[in-house]
Amino acid sequence: MVTTQASELADKITEPYPIRNATLLKDSRGYTTFRVVNIIVLFLIMFVTLYPFINIVAQSFSSEGFINSGQVNLYPRGFNVETYKTVMADSMFWTNYRNTVVYTVVGTVIALVMTTMFAYALSKKHLKGRNGFILIAVFTMFFNGGLIPNYVLINALGFKNTLWAIVIPNAISIFNLLVMKAFFENMPEELEEAAAIDGLSTYGTLFRIVLPLSKAVIATMTLFYAVSFWNSWFAAFLYMDKRELYPVTVYLRNLIKGAETATSVGGAGAEVSAVAANIQSVTMVLTVLPIIMLYPFIQKYFVSGVMLGAVKG
Amino acid sequence: MSAHPGVAALEPPITEVTPGDEPPATRPRRRRKRATNPHAQISWRTALRRDWQLYSLLVLPLVFLAIFRYLPMAGNVIAFRRFRPGGSIFGEEWVGLRYFEMFINDAKFWQVFQNTVILGGLSLLIIFPLPIILALLLNELRSAKFKRVVQTISYLPHFMSIVIVAGIVFQLFSMQGTVNQIVEAIGGDPISFMQRPDWFRTIYISSEAWQTVGWGTILYLAALTQIDHTLYEAARIDGANRWKQTWHVTLPGIRPTMITLLILNIGSFMAVGFEKVLLLYNPLTYPTADVISTYLYRIGIVSSNFSYATAIGLFESIIGLTLILSANALSRRLVGTSLW
Repeated sequence: MVTTQASELADKITEPYPIRNATLLKDSRGYTTFRVVNIIVLFLIMFVTLYPFINIVAQSFSSEGFINSGQVNLYPRGFNVETYKTVMADSMFWTNYRNTVVYTVVGTVIALVMTTMFAYALSKKHLKGRNGFILIAVFTMFFNGGLIPNYVLINALGFKNTLWAIVIPNAISIFNLLVMKAFFENMPEELEEAAAIDGLSTYGTLFRIVLPLSKAVIATMTLFYAVSFWNSWFAAFLYMDKRELYPVTVYLRNLIKGAETATSVGGAGAEVSAVAANIQSVTMVLTVLPIIMLYPFIQKYFVSGVMLGAVKG
Repeated sequence: MSAHPGVAALEPPITEVTPGDEPPATRPRRRRKRATNPHAQISWRTALRRDWQLYSLLVLPLVFLAIFRYLPMAGNVIAFRRFRPGGSIFGEEWVGLRYFEMFINDAKFWQVFQNTVILGGLSLLIIFPLPIILALLLNELRSAKFKRVVQTISYLPHFMSIVIVAGIVFQLFSMQGTVNQIVEAIGGDPISFMQRPDWFRTIYISSEAWQTVGWGTILYLAALTQIDHTLYEAARIDGANRWKQTWHVTLPGIRPTMITLLILNIGSFMAVGFEKVLLLYNPLTYPTADVISTYLYRIGIVSSNFSYATAIGLFESIIGLTLILSANALSRRLVGTSLW
């Protein structure tokens, strides 16, 4: 009896996880109860995860009065798009938004080039000194110079109030480097050998053979870097003194902090101390919009990238 | 230095070969098929001549690391030297351990140290197990579609800027925010959460959980698919119910992943979410919210005491490095899993 069941099970296992075959063995009552509770719990987790976003969107379309009397939760009250118009009419918002785009594009391009160069060279197992170079890179994951020496360095280099303060110090993420290196290592060697036999130099092989075949990892890296540059705020907060240089995240941060840092030279002077909740919500919605729109694509790539990094890292 | 064994562990061991045994510069593939590794003994000159194009690719990244990663490490000497703004980035004159004595005797420092340890400890205790639990719950789902939907949604907060998360926290916990509406609905008085030191840790931990749990499940779910199916069958035939299968098959199966992530979490124990605390705290909540990194930010950047702040930062990173090294050594000895 047992053996027949076992062989039946073995025949039927096609799923990644043999749980479907549990139908062959009856679930206990306890387990059935657990499954129902589990589904309810997961629904609750989904709701709790999504609620803050729903709430922000609802507030962004609501009128201030309803928000201030605490009546906006899942859907807008006093529906209007006036707040969107107000925020979008602020030229500083657009300046900062454009800065974010510029920082993200420039940062991502530089980071991609640097990471690809490094990862490709490190992926060649015959390279003398390779282990040493990897060690030099990986050590910086566990120990870093700290806030102040970095700050002093960036100032000494004259990067303050320039794009470089944001873009250059983050040009290589070691995690991304390891993901990319693992990808290159997994490429069939025969391809590159054939290219070498046909007379291509290392550069030629890289540009004409390897990179065209690496679209997946390049797309992943682009997303990794673009999202991190888009979301970053602290470097700009630290090194930018002028409001017109802020990325939109710092604009938003100042709204949230009630504009308590309105110290910029030639700025608007004393700003309103409390920024209405609906204005904050609108700014948040507009800031996350590109990420939310890209999310279905981003998600898949990020997940596979993280796994690759985890397995090979 | 610390990472060296780990990196080496990923590579085939380099066997010593006496020079002259190997033909010079053959094609990489043939060499790799040999039992020994001849690259250990080709001279730098030969290597540079043969692979100069690869080395040229390394130049910029290595310069980058030297300037933006290693120079700041060397810059830590200003913890032992007096720094004058505008002067040398390595400081002006030696002052010995003056700045270390300063923070050892600084009552404020010990308060932020305590806050750091408490926040770090709470994160480790509460946040670390959550992705494991969520992964196990997801694993019990029979509908692959539902599983995918839950996962996709649970990752979402991970992609949000910390500024957005802070904004969301401020709105949810504001006087008229959702949390206070619930408080009022069950008959309580609204609480000014963001101004109350006794609420800061709860708010910090819950927002951290919200943002990181779904993302944390990825590696565990990957580890779960690696478990040998026959173990479940064997357990079932031996009469194990779902709970016992989980306890005796699933959990041991993901143990290496758990330990690896635990070591990494212990390593970042002291570096509790600096940016998030900086965004969420205010002078009213300093008693519980101020951590080492935010304190040194105020000392260093806001008040321009660079040397003093560097001393604090160096102390913090050395603790972090020590923690990760000892966690790794301990786990290698006790359970045989380690990062390197």
